[in-house]
Amino acid sequence: MDDRFKKFGTVSFTAFTKTNDFVTHLEEGKVTGTKCRVCGKEYFPPRADCFQCLSSDMEWFPITGTGRLITYSTLKYAPAGFEKDVPYTIAVVDFGPYKMFGRIAPEVPEENLSVGMELRVKVNKLPSGQLSYVFCP
Amino acid sequence: MGRVAIIGVGQSAFVRNYPGGIRELAFEGFKEALLDAGIKAADIGASVICSAPEYDKQRSPAGVIAEYLGLNPQPTFYVESLCSSSSMGLRVAYSLVASGLHDVVAVIGFQKMSEITSAESQERMGRGADIQWESPFGTMMPAYYAMYARAHMAKYGTTAEDLALIRVKAATYGQINEKAVYRKAVTLDMFSDPSNPMSGPVASPLRVGDCCANADGSSCVILANEEKAQIFSKKPVWILGLGSATTPVNMANRDLFTGLAVAQAAAKQAYQMAGITPQQVDVAEVHDCFTIAEMMAYEDLGFARPGEGKELIRAKETYREGRIPVNVDGGLLSKGHPIGATGGSQIRTIVLQLRGEAGPMQVKDPVIGLVHNIGGVGLYGNVTILGRE
Repeated sequence: MDDRFKKFGTVSFTAFTKTNDFVTHLEEGKVTGTKCRVCGKEYFPPRADCFQCLSSDMEWFPITGTGRLITYSTLKYAPAGFEKDVPYTIAVVDFGPYKMFGRIAPEVPEENLSVGMELRVKVNKLPSGQLSYVFCP
Repeated sequence: MGRVAIIGVGQSAFVRNYPGGIRELAFEGFKEALLDAGIKAADIGASVICSAPEYDKQRSPAGVIAEYLGLNPQPTFYVESLCSSSSMGLRVAYSLVASGLHDVVAVIGFQKMSEITSAESQERMGRGADIQWESPFGTMMPAYYAMYARAHMAKYGTTAEDLALIRVKAATYGQINEKAVYRKAVTLDMFSDPSNPMSGPVASPLRVGDCCANADGSSCVILANEEKAQIFSKKPVWILGLGSATTPVNMANRDLFTGLAVAQAAAKQAYQMAGITPQQVDVAEVHDCFTIAEMMAYEDLGFARPGEGKELIRAKETYREGRIPVNVDGGLLSKGHPIGATGGSQIRTIVLQLRGEAGPMQVKDPVIGLVHNIGGVGLYGNVTILGRE
Protein backbone atom coordinates (compact mmCIF):
# COMPACT_ATOMS: atom_id res chain seq x y z
CA MET A 1 0.00 0.00 0.00
CA ASP A 2 1.11 3.54 -0.78
CA ASP A 3 1.30 5.13 2.67
CA ARG A 4 3.31 8.23 1.79
CA PHE A 5 0.81 10.50 3.56
CA LYS A 6 1.95 9.27 6.98
CA LYS A 7 4.90 11.65 6.55
CA PHE A 8 2.68 14.76 6.55
CA GLY A 9 2.72 16.97 9.66
CA THR A 10 4.12 16.71 13.18
CA VAL A 11 1.70 13.83 13.73
CA SER A 12 -0.10 12.25 10.78
CA PHE A 13 -3.50 10.77 11.50
CA THR A 14 -4.05 8.99 8.20
CA ALA A 15 -1.65 7.25 5.82
CA PHE A 16 -3.92 6.65 2.85
CA THR A 17 -5.29 9.14 0.35
CA LYS A 18 -5.35 9.47 -3.41
CA THR A 19 -3.63 12.84 -2.98
CA ASN A 20 -0.39 11.43 -1.55
CA ASP A 21 1.67 13.00 -4.37
CA PHE A 22 1.33 16.09 -2.17
CA VAL A 23 3.94 14.57 0.17
CA THR A 24 6.32 13.79 -2.69
CA HIS A 25 5.98 17.40 -3.83
CA LEU A 26 6.89 18.57 -0.30
CA GLU A 27 9.99 16.36 -0.51
CA GLU A 28 10.84 18.14 -3.78
CA GLY A 29 10.42 21.53 -2.07
CA LYS A 30 7.03 22.39 -3.57
CA VAL A 31 3.66 23.07 -1.91
CA THR A 32 0.89 22.12 -4.31
CA GLY A 33 -2.84 22.15 -4.80
CA THR A 34 -5.04 20.38 -7.33
CA LYS A 35 -6.94 21.80 -10.29
CA CYS A 36 -9.83 20.15 -12.09
CA ARG A 37 -8.90 19.60 -15.74
CA VAL A 38 -12.58 19.71 -16.76
CA CYS A 39 -13.98 22.82 -15.04
CA GLY A 40 -10.76 24.51 -13.93
CA LYS A 41 -11.64 24.82 -10.24
CA GLU A 42 -8.58 25.05 -8.00
CA TYR A 43 -8.52 23.27 -4.67
CA PHE A 44 -6.57 23.56 -1.47
CA PRO A 45 -6.45 21.27 0.39
CA PRO A 46 -5.85 19.04 -2.64
CA ARG A 47 -8.64 16.70 -3.73
CA ALA A 48 -8.81 13.65 -5.95
CA ASP A 49 -12.35 14.46 -7.08
CA CYS A 50 -14.14 17.64 -8.17
CA PHE A 51 -17.49 18.11 -6.39
CA GLN A 52 -18.42 20.84 -8.86
CA CYS A 53 -18.35 18.75 -12.06
CA LEU A 54 -17.83 15.22 -10.63
CA SER A 55 -14.63 14.73 -12.61
CA SER A 56 -11.67 12.85 -11.12
CA ASP A 57 -9.30 14.22 -13.74
CA MET A 58 -7.12 16.51 -11.62
CA GLU A 59 -3.72 18.10 -12.16
CA TRP A 60 -1.27 19.48 -9.61
CA PHE A 61 -0.23 23.14 -9.50
CA PRO A 62 2.43 24.83 -7.35
CA ILE A 63 1.30 27.44 -4.82
CA THR A 64 3.31 30.59 -5.40
CA GLY A 65 3.11 34.27 -4.53
CA THR A 66 1.62 35.75 -1.41
CA GLY A 67 -1.71 35.47 0.38
CA ARG A 68 -3.39 37.64 3.00
CA LEU A 69 -3.45 36.60 6.67
CA ILE A 70 -7.13 36.27 7.65
CA THR A 71 -6.65 35.17 11.25
CA TYR A 72 -4.32 33.32 13.63
CA SER A 73 -3.95 32.01 17.17
CA THR A 74 -0.96 30.98 19.27
CA LEU A 75 -1.50 27.80 21.28
CA LYS A 76 -0.17 27.55 24.83
CA TYR A 77 -1.56 24.01 25.24
CA ALA A 78 -1.43 21.23 22.68
CA PRO A 79 -3.01 17.87 22.00
CA ALA A 80 -1.09 14.61 22.49
CA GLY A 81 2.01 14.42 20.27
CA PHE A 82 2.43 18.19 19.87
CA GLU A 83 3.53 19.12 23.42
CA LYS A 84 7.14 19.82 22.43
CA ASP A 85 6.07 22.35 19.76
CA VAL A 86 4.28 24.72 22.18
CA PRO A 87 3.94 27.63 21.70
CA TYR A 88 3.06 27.60 18.01
CA THR A 89 0.74 29.63 15.83
CA ILE A 90 -1.93 28.34 13.48
CA ALA A 91 -3.38 30.55 10.76
CA VAL A 92 -5.68 30.87 7.76
CA VAL A 93 -4.23 32.60 4.69
CA ASP A 94 -6.28 33.71 1.69
CA PHE A 95 -4.63 33.16 -1.70
CA GLY A 96 -7.67 34.27 -3.73
CA PRO A 97 -9.11 31.23 -5.53
CA TYR A 98 -8.36 29.10 -2.43
CA LYS A 99 -7.34 29.53 1.20
CA MET A 100 -4.79 27.58 3.24
CA PHE A 101 -4.84 26.45 6.84
CA GLY A 102 -1.47 25.78 8.47
CA ARG A 103 1.20 27.01 10.86
CA ILE A 104 3.16 30.24 10.93
CA ALA A 105 6.94 29.61 10.62
CA PRO A 106 8.38 29.10 14.13
CA GLU A 107 10.95 31.88 13.70
CA VAL A 108 8.19 34.51 13.23
CA PRO A 109 7.15 35.97 16.62
CA GLU A 110 3.42 36.44 17.25
CA GLU A 111 3.88 40.19 17.82
CA ASN A 112 5.09 40.54 14.23
CA LEU A 113 1.77 39.23 12.90
CA SER A 114 -1.27 41.27 11.98
CA VAL A 115 -4.51 40.46 10.20
CA GLY A 116 -4.24 41.49 6.55
CA MET A 117 -0.45 41.12 6.20
CA GLU A 118 1.01 39.33 3.18
CA LEU A 119 2.47 35.86 3.72
CA ARG A 120 3.93 33.21 1.46
CA VAL A 121 4.09 29.47 2.00
CA LYS A 122 7.21 27.28 2.14
CA VAL A 123 8.06 23.65 2.81
CA ASN A 124 9.07 22.83 6.38
CA LYS A 125 11.18 19.70 6.94
CA LEU A 126 10.93 18.65 10.58
CA PRO A 127 13.90 17.12 12.51
CA SER A 128 11.86 13.92 12.85
CA GLY A 129 11.84 13.52 9.05
CA GLN A 130 8.18 14.52 8.79
CA LEU A 131 7.19 17.08 6.17
CA SER A 132 4.93 20.09 6.48
CA TYR A 133 4.46 23.65 5.25
CA VAL A 134 4.57 26.98 7.06
CA PHE A 135 3.65 30.60 6.30
CA CYS A 136 6.22 33.39 6.53
CA PRO A 137 6.49 37.08 5.49
CA MET B 1 -49.19 18.60 9.45
CA GLY B 2 -50.16 19.18 13.09
CA ARG B 3 -48.29 21.13 15.72
CA VAL B 4 -45.62 19.52 17.88
CA ALA B 5 -45.28 20.30 21.58
CA ILE B 6 -42.70 19.74 24.29
CA ILE B 7 -44.54 18.16 27.23
CA GLY B 8 -41.65 17.24 29.51
CA VAL B 9 -38.07 18.34 30.18
CA GLY B 10 -35.38 17.15 32.53
CA GLN B 11 -31.67 17.15 33.16
CA SER B 12 -29.20 15.74 35.63
CA ALA B 13 -26.98 18.06 37.61
CA PHE B 14 -23.90 18.82 35.48
CA VAL B 15 -20.93 17.58 37.50
CA ARG B 16 -17.25 16.65 37.39
CA ASN B 17 -16.55 12.90 37.51
CA TYR B 18 -20.07 11.48 37.73
CA PRO B 19 -19.84 8.43 40.01
CA GLY B 20 -22.05 6.13 37.87
CA GLY B 21 -22.24 4.78 34.34
CA ILE B 22 -23.82 6.34 31.24
CA ARG B 23 -27.11 4.43 31.70
CA GLU B 24 -27.47 5.76 35.25
CA LEU B 25 -26.53 9.23 34.12
CA ALA B 26 -29.16 9.11 31.34
CA PHE B 27 -31.73 7.88 33.87
CA GLU B 28 -31.44 11.11 35.88
CA GLY B 29 -32.51 13.41 33.06
CA PHE B 30 -35.10 10.92 31.79
CA LYS B 31 -36.74 10.49 35.20
CA GLU B 32 -37.08 14.25 35.67
CA ALA B 33 -38.66 14.62 32.22
CA LEU B 34 -41.10 11.72 32.73
CA LEU B 35 -42.22 13.14 36.09
CA ASP B 36 -42.48 16.58 34.51
CA ALA B 37 -44.68 15.24 31.70
CA GLY B 38 -46.65 13.01 34.06
CA ILE B 39 -46.30 10.01 31.74
CA LYS B 40 -44.76 6.54 31.85
CA ALA B 41 -42.06 5.01 29.65
CA ALA B 42 -44.75 2.92 27.95
CA ASP B 43 -46.41 6.14 26.70
CA ILE B 44 -43.27 6.92 24.66
CA GLY B 45 -43.39 5.64 21.08
CA ALA B 46 -39.70 5.97 20.23
CA SER B 47 -36.45 7.30 21.71
CA VAL B 48 -33.63 9.24 20.08
CA ILE B 49 -30.34 8.93 21.98
CA CYS B 50 -27.71 11.63 21.48
CA SER B 51 -24.03 11.95 22.42
CA ALA B 52 -20.62 12.53 20.87
CA PRO B 53 -19.29 8.99 20.41
CA GLU B 54 -15.59 9.71 20.94
CA TYR B 55 -16.24 9.86 24.69
CA ASP B 56 -18.20 6.61 24.87
CA LYS B 57 -16.75 3.23 25.78
CA GLN B 58 -20.08 1.56 25.02
CA ARG B 59 -20.57 0.65 21.40
CA SER B 60 -24.00 1.79 20.14
CA PRO B 61 -25.14 3.38 23.43
CA ALA B 62 -28.81 3.72 22.36
CA GLY B 63 -29.43 0.02 23.06
CA VAL B 64 -28.23 -0.12 26.67
CA ILE B 65 -29.79 3.21 27.53
CA ALA B 66 -33.21 2.30 26.09
CA GLU B 67 -33.05 -0.99 28.01
CA TYR B 68 -32.17 0.74 31.29
CA LEU B 69 -34.94 3.33 30.87
CA GLY B 70 -37.59 0.71 30.16
CA LEU B 71 -38.00 1.81 26.55
CA ASN B 72 -38.14 -1.68 24.97
CA PRO B 73 -39.61 -2.80 22.63
CA GLN B 74 -40.06 0.68 21.13
CA PRO B 75 -37.59 1.76 18.42
CA THR B 76 -34.45 3.61 19.54
CA PHE B 77 -31.52 4.99 17.60
CA TYR B 78 -28.53 7.26 17.88
CA VAL B 79 -28.11 10.81 16.53
CA GLU B 80 -24.77 12.59 16.54
CA SER B 81 -23.68 16.06 15.50
CA LEU B 82 -20.99 16.75 18.10
CA CYS B 83 -22.02 19.47 20.59
CA SER B 84 -25.39 19.99 18.87
CA SER B 85 -26.35 16.30 19.01
CA SER B 86 -29.46 16.70 21.16
CA SER B 87 -30.79 19.68 19.17
CA MET B 88 -30.35 17.53 16.08
CA GLY B 89 -32.14 14.77 18.00
CA LEU B 90 -34.99 17.20 18.63
CA ARG B 91 -35.15 17.98 14.91
CA VAL B 92 -35.41 14.26 14.12
CA ALA B 93 -38.00 13.71 16.87
CA TYR B 94 -40.04 16.63 15.54
CA SER B 95 -40.20 14.97 12.14
CA LEU B 96 -41.16 11.60 13.69
CA VAL B 97 -44.09 13.25 15.46
CA ALA B 98 -45.11 15.70 12.71
CA SER B 99 -45.12 12.87 10.16
CA GLY B 100 -47.62 10.95 12.28
CA LEU B 101 -45.25 8.00 12.69
CA HIS B 102 -45.18 8.40 16.50
CA ASP B 103 -47.37 10.30 19.00
CA VAL B 104 -44.73 10.80 21.70
CA VAL B 105 -40.93 10.74 21.28
CA ALA B 106 -38.17 11.19 23.89
CA VAL B 107 -34.86 12.85 23.02
CA ILE B 108 -32.20 11.75 25.49
CA GLY B 109 -28.82 13.46 25.43
CA PHE B 110 -25.90 12.44 27.60
CA GLN B 111 -22.15 12.71 27.91
CA LYS B 112 -19.84 11.26 30.45
CA MET B 113 -16.71 13.17 29.48
CA SER B 114 -14.87 11.55 32.39
CA GLU B 115 -15.57 8.12 30.83
CA ILE B 116 -12.12 8.35 29.25
CA THR B 117 -8.78 9.27 30.84
CA SER B 118 -7.30 12.71 30.38
CA ALA B 119 -4.57 11.17 28.17
CA GLU B 120 -7.27 9.66 25.95
CA SER B 121 -9.01 13.01 25.95
CA GLN B 122 -5.79 14.77 24.86
CA GLU B 123 -5.47 12.31 22.01
CA ARG B 124 -9.09 12.75 20.87
CA MET B 125 -8.72 16.51 21.09
CA GLY B 126 -6.18 16.34 18.28
CA ARG B 127 -8.64 14.50 16.06
CA GLY B 128 -11.42 17.06 16.50
CA ALA B 129 -10.75 18.68 13.13
CA ASP B 130 -10.13 17.47 9.56
CA ILE B 131 -7.69 14.68 10.46
CA GLN B 132 -6.11 14.64 7.00
CA TRP B 133 -5.37 18.32 6.46
CA GLU B 134 -5.73 20.16 9.80
CA SER B 135 -4.92 17.83 12.71
CA PRO B 136 -1.28 17.24 11.57
CA PHE B 137 -0.61 20.89 12.54
CA GLY B 138 -1.69 20.32 16.15
CA THR B 139 -5.14 21.85 16.46
CA MET B 140 -7.72 22.01 19.22
CA MET B 141 -11.14 23.51 19.80
CA PRO B 142 -10.12 26.65 21.74
CA ALA B 143 -7.60 27.60 19.05
CA TYR B 144 -10.24 27.51 16.32
CA TYR B 145 -12.64 29.71 18.25
CA ALA B 146 -9.62 31.89 19.11
CA MET B 147 -9.09 32.47 15.38
CA TYR B 148 -12.70 33.69 15.15
CA ALA B 149 -12.06 35.96 18.16
CA ARG B 150 -8.93 37.38 16.51
CA ALA B 151 -10.80 38.11 13.28
CA HIS B 152 -13.73 39.67 15.17
CA MET B 153 -11.38 41.89 17.17
CA ALA B 154 -9.47 42.94 14.05
CA LYS B 155 -12.60 43.85 12.09
CA TYR B 156 -14.85 45.30 14.78
CA GLY B 157 -12.61 46.43 17.64
CA THR B 158 -14.06 43.90 20.07
CA THR B 159 -11.74 43.60 23.09
CA ALA B 160 -10.61 40.82 25.41
CA GLU B 161 -12.47 42.71 28.15
CA ASP B 162 -15.72 42.55 26.15
CA LEU B 163 -15.33 38.78 26.04
CA ALA B 164 -14.57 38.67 29.77
CA LEU B 165 -17.85 40.53 30.42
CA ILE B 166 -19.68 37.56 28.90
CA ARG B 167 -17.93 35.21 31.34
CA VAL B 168 -18.85 37.49 34.24
CA LYS B 169 -22.52 37.37 33.17
CA ALA B 170 -22.47 33.56 32.86
CA ALA B 171 -21.06 33.22 36.35
CA THR B 172 -23.74 35.55 37.72
CA TYR B 173 -26.34 32.93 36.82
CA GLY B 174 -24.20 29.83 37.31
CA GLN B 175 -24.14 30.77 40.99
CA ILE B 176 -27.94 30.52 41.26
CA ASN B 177 -28.40 27.42 39.07
CA GLU B 178 -28.30 24.35 41.28
CA LYS B 179 -27.63 22.16 38.20
CA ALA B 180 -24.48 24.09 37.23
CA VAL B 181 -20.98 22.61 37.55
CA TYR B 182 -19.33 26.01 38.17
CA ARG B 183 -21.12 27.84 41.00
CA LYS B 184 -18.57 30.56 41.76
CA ALA B 185 -18.54 34.26 40.89
CA VAL B 186 -16.17 35.60 38.23
CA THR B 187 -15.08 39.24 38.18
CA LEU B 188 -13.27 41.34 35.57
CA ASP B 189 -10.39 41.78 38.04
CA MET B 190 -9.64 38.05 37.75
CA PHE B 191 -8.88 38.52 34.04
CA SER B 192 -6.43 41.36 34.71
CA ASP B 193 -4.64 39.55 37.55
CA PRO B 194 -1.79 37.46 36.08
CA SER B 195 -1.77 35.25 39.18
CA ASN B 196 -5.44 34.32 38.71
CA PRO B 197 -6.05 31.10 36.74
CA MET B 198 -8.87 32.82 34.78
CA SER B 199 -6.30 35.08 33.08
CA GLY B 200 -4.02 32.22 31.97
CA PRO B 201 -3.44 31.98 28.21
CA VAL B 202 -4.96 29.04 26.31
CA ALA B 203 -4.88 30.03 22.65
CA SER B 204 -4.45 33.74 21.98
CA PRO B 205 -6.53 35.84 22.38
CA LEU B 206 -8.63 33.41 24.47
CA ARG B 207 -7.83 32.80 28.14
CA VAL B 208 -8.90 30.14 30.64
CA GLY B 209 -11.89 32.26 31.69
CA ASP B 210 -13.12 32.41 28.09
CA CYS B 211 -13.54 28.61 27.93
CA CYS B 212 -16.50 26.54 29.11
CA ALA B 213 -16.38 23.89 31.81
CA ASN B 214 -16.30 20.21 30.84
CA ALA B 215 -18.89 18.17 32.69
CA ASP B 216 -20.78 14.90 32.87
CA GLY B 217 -24.51 15.22 32.43
CA SER B 218 -27.74 14.16 30.76
CA SER B 219 -30.86 15.83 29.44
CA CYS B 220 -34.24 14.71 28.19
CA VAL B 221 -36.94 16.43 26.12
CA ILE B 222 -40.29 14.72 25.47
CA LEU B 223 -42.23 15.72 22.35
CA ALA B 224 -45.87 14.99 21.57
CA ASN B 225 -48.42 15.67 18.87
CA GLU B 226 -51.21 18.15 19.58
CA GLU B 227 -53.74 15.52 20.68
CA LYS B 228 -51.42 13.88 23.21
CA ALA B 229 -50.10 17.26 24.36
CA GLN B 230 -53.61 18.38 25.26
CA ILE B 231 -54.19 15.11 27.18
CA PHE B 232 -50.89 14.98 29.07
CA SER B 233 -49.84 18.57 29.56
CA LYS B 234 -51.30 21.61 31.30
CA LYS B 235 -48.58 23.86 29.90
CA PRO B 236 -47.35 22.52 26.56
CA VAL B 237 -44.62 24.56 24.90
CA TRP B 238 -44.83 24.56 21.10
CA ILE B 239 -42.04 24.12 18.60
CA LEU B 240 -42.55 27.11 16.31
CA GLY B 241 -39.42 27.04 14.20
CA LEU B 242 -36.48 24.77 13.36
CA GLY B 243 -33.36 25.68 11.41
CA SER B 244 -30.32 23.57 10.64
CA ALA B 245 -27.21 24.07 8.52
CA THR B 246 -23.59 23.00 7.95
CA THR B 247 -20.27 24.64 7.02
CA PRO B 248 -17.08 22.95 5.73
CA VAL B 249 -15.00 21.42 8.54
CA ASN B 250 -11.74 22.72 7.12
CA MET B 251 -11.06 26.39 7.84
CA ALA B 252 -9.50 26.69 4.38
CA ASN B 253 -12.92 26.10 2.84
CA ARG B 254 -14.73 28.81 4.82
CA ASP B 255 -15.48 32.39 3.88
CA LEU B 256 -16.62 33.94 7.17
CA PHE B 257 -14.40 34.29 10.27
CA THR B 258 -16.26 37.01 12.17
CA GLY B 259 -19.45 35.01 12.65
CA LEU B 260 -20.74 31.47 12.18
CA ALA B 261 -22.33 30.96 8.77
CA VAL B 262 -24.24 27.92 10.14
CA ALA B 263 -25.87 29.99 12.84
CA GLN B 264 -26.90 32.69 10.38
CA ALA B 265 -28.40 30.14 8.00
CA ALA B 266 -30.15 28.12 10.71
CA ALA B 267 -31.54 31.27 12.34
CA LYS B 268 -32.93 32.52 9.03
CA GLN B 269 -34.77 29.22 8.50
CA ALA B 270 -36.10 29.10 12.06
CA TYR B 271 -37.34 32.71 12.03
CA GLN B 272 -39.04 32.11 8.70
CA MET B 273 -40.73 28.89 9.87
CA ALA B 274 -41.89 30.57 13.10
CA GLY B 275 -42.95 33.72 11.24
CA ILE B 276 -41.16 36.00 13.70
CA THR B 277 -38.31 38.52 13.75
CA PRO B 278 -35.30 38.47 16.11
CA GLN B 279 -36.86 41.39 18.01
CA GLN B 280 -39.74 39.15 19.08
CA VAL B 281 -37.48 36.75 21.01
CA ASP B 282 -37.95 37.27 24.77
CA VAL B 283 -35.28 34.91 26.09
CA ALA B 284 -32.47 32.93 24.44
CA GLU B 285 -30.01 30.15 25.12
CA VAL B 286 -26.92 30.36 22.93
CA HIS B 287 -23.96 28.03 22.51
CA ASP B 288 -21.30 29.81 24.59
CA CYS B 289 -18.63 27.09 24.54
CA PHE B 290 -16.28 30.08 24.44
CA THR B 291 -17.09 33.73 25.20
CA ILE B 292 -16.50 34.69 21.55
CA ALA B 293 -19.16 32.16 20.54
CA GLU B 294 -21.80 34.06 22.53
CA MET B 295 -20.59 37.39 21.11
CA MET B 296 -20.97 36.07 17.56
CA ALA B 297 -24.34 34.52 18.43
CA TYR B 298 -25.73 37.98 19.37
CA GLU B 299 -24.92 39.07 15.84
CA ASP B 300 -25.65 35.85 13.93
CA LEU B 301 -29.13 35.66 15.51
CA GLY B 302 -29.91 39.30 14.74
CA PHE B 303 -30.01 40.53 18.35
CA ALA B 304 -27.28 42.99 17.33
CA ARG B 305 -25.90 44.15 13.99
CA PRO B 306 -22.56 42.63 12.88
CA GLY B 307 -19.81 44.08 15.08
CA GLU B 308 -22.25 45.53 17.62
CA GLY B 309 -22.53 42.50 19.90
CA LYS B 310 -20.09 44.19 22.27
CA GLU B 311 -22.58 47.04 22.83
CA LEU B 312 -25.17 44.51 24.07
CA ILE B 313 -22.93 43.05 26.75
CA ARG B 314 -21.39 46.41 27.73
CA ALA B 315 -24.93 47.73 28.38
CA LYS B 316 -25.93 44.49 30.17
CA GLU B 317 -28.79 44.06 27.68
CA THR B 318 -28.32 40.27 27.78
CA TYR B 319 -28.73 40.09 31.56
CA ARG B 320 -32.02 38.82 33.04
CA GLU B 321 -33.49 42.33 33.23
CA GLY B 322 -32.13 43.44 29.83
CA ARG B 323 -33.69 43.79 26.39
CA ILE B 324 -32.80 40.22 25.34
CA PRO B 325 -31.76 37.94 28.22
CA VAL B 326 -29.21 35.33 27.06
CA ASN B 327 -27.96 32.28 28.97
CA VAL B 328 -29.47 33.30 32.29
CA ASP B 329 -28.92 29.72 33.49
CA GLY B 330 -25.12 30.14 33.41
CA GLY B 331 -24.68 28.91 29.85
CA LEU B 332 -22.09 26.37 28.84
CA LEU B 333 -19.47 28.59 30.48
CA SER B 334 -20.78 28.04 34.03
CA LYS B 335 -23.55 25.44 33.81
CA GLY B 336 -21.09 23.18 31.98
CA HIS B 337 -20.94 21.47 28.59
CA PRO B 338 -21.53 17.70 28.62
CA ILE B 339 -21.51 17.60 24.83
CA GLY B 340 -24.44 15.34 23.92
CA ALA B 341 -26.62 16.67 26.77
CA THR B 342 -26.11 20.36 26.08
CA GLY B 343 -28.82 21.02 23.47
CA GLY B 344 -31.49 19.28 25.56
CA SER B 345 -30.44 21.27 28.61
CA GLN B 346 -30.75 24.51 26.63
CA ILE B 347 -34.23 23.45 25.46
CA ARG B 348 -35.16 22.64 29.08
CA THR B 349 -34.10 26.10 30.24
CA ILE B 350 -36.27 27.80 27.60
CA VAL B 351 -39.27 25.53 28.29
CA LEU B 352 -39.06 26.35 32.02
CA GLN B 353 -38.76 30.05 31.18
CA LEU B 354 -41.85 29.97 28.94
CA ARG B 355 -43.82 28.14 31.64
CA GLY B 356 -42.74 30.67 34.27
CA GLU B 357 -40.96 27.94 36.24
CA ALA B 358 -37.34 29.08 36.03
CA GLY B 359 -37.13 30.10 39.69
CA PRO B 360 -34.48 32.71 40.51
CA MET B 361 -33.46 32.78 36.83
CA GLN B 362 -36.99 33.61 35.60
CA VAL B 363 -37.23 36.33 32.95
CA LYS B 364 -40.35 38.53 33.09
CA ASP B 365 -43.26 36.89 31.25
CA PRO B 366 -41.55 35.54 28.10
CA VAL B 367 -43.74 34.36 25.20
CA ILE B 368 -41.12 33.29 22.66
CA GLY B 369 -37.74 31.68 23.36
CA LEU B 370 -34.83 30.63 21.14
CA VAL B 371 -32.12 27.97 21.37
CA HIS B 372 -28.85 28.24 19.38
CA ASN B 373 -26.80 25.03 19.58
CA ILE B 374 -23.59 24.59 17.56
CA GLY B 375 -21.62 21.41 16.82
CA GLY B 376 -17.85 21.60 16.32
CA VAL B 377 -16.44 25.00 15.38
CA GLY B 378 -19.53 26.15 13.53
CA LEU B 379 -19.65 22.86 11.64
CA TYR B 380 -23.24 21.94 12.55
CA GLY B 381 -25.77 24.59 13.58
CA ASN B 382 -29.28 24.22 14.96
CA VAL B 383 -31.65 27.03 15.92
CA THR B 384 -34.95 26.15 17.58
CA ILE B 385 -37.75 28.60 18.37
CA LEU B 386 -40.27 27.74 21.08
CA GLY B 387 -43.48 29.50 22.09
CA ARG B 388 -46.15 29.45 24.74
CA GLU B 389 -48.87 29.53 22.09
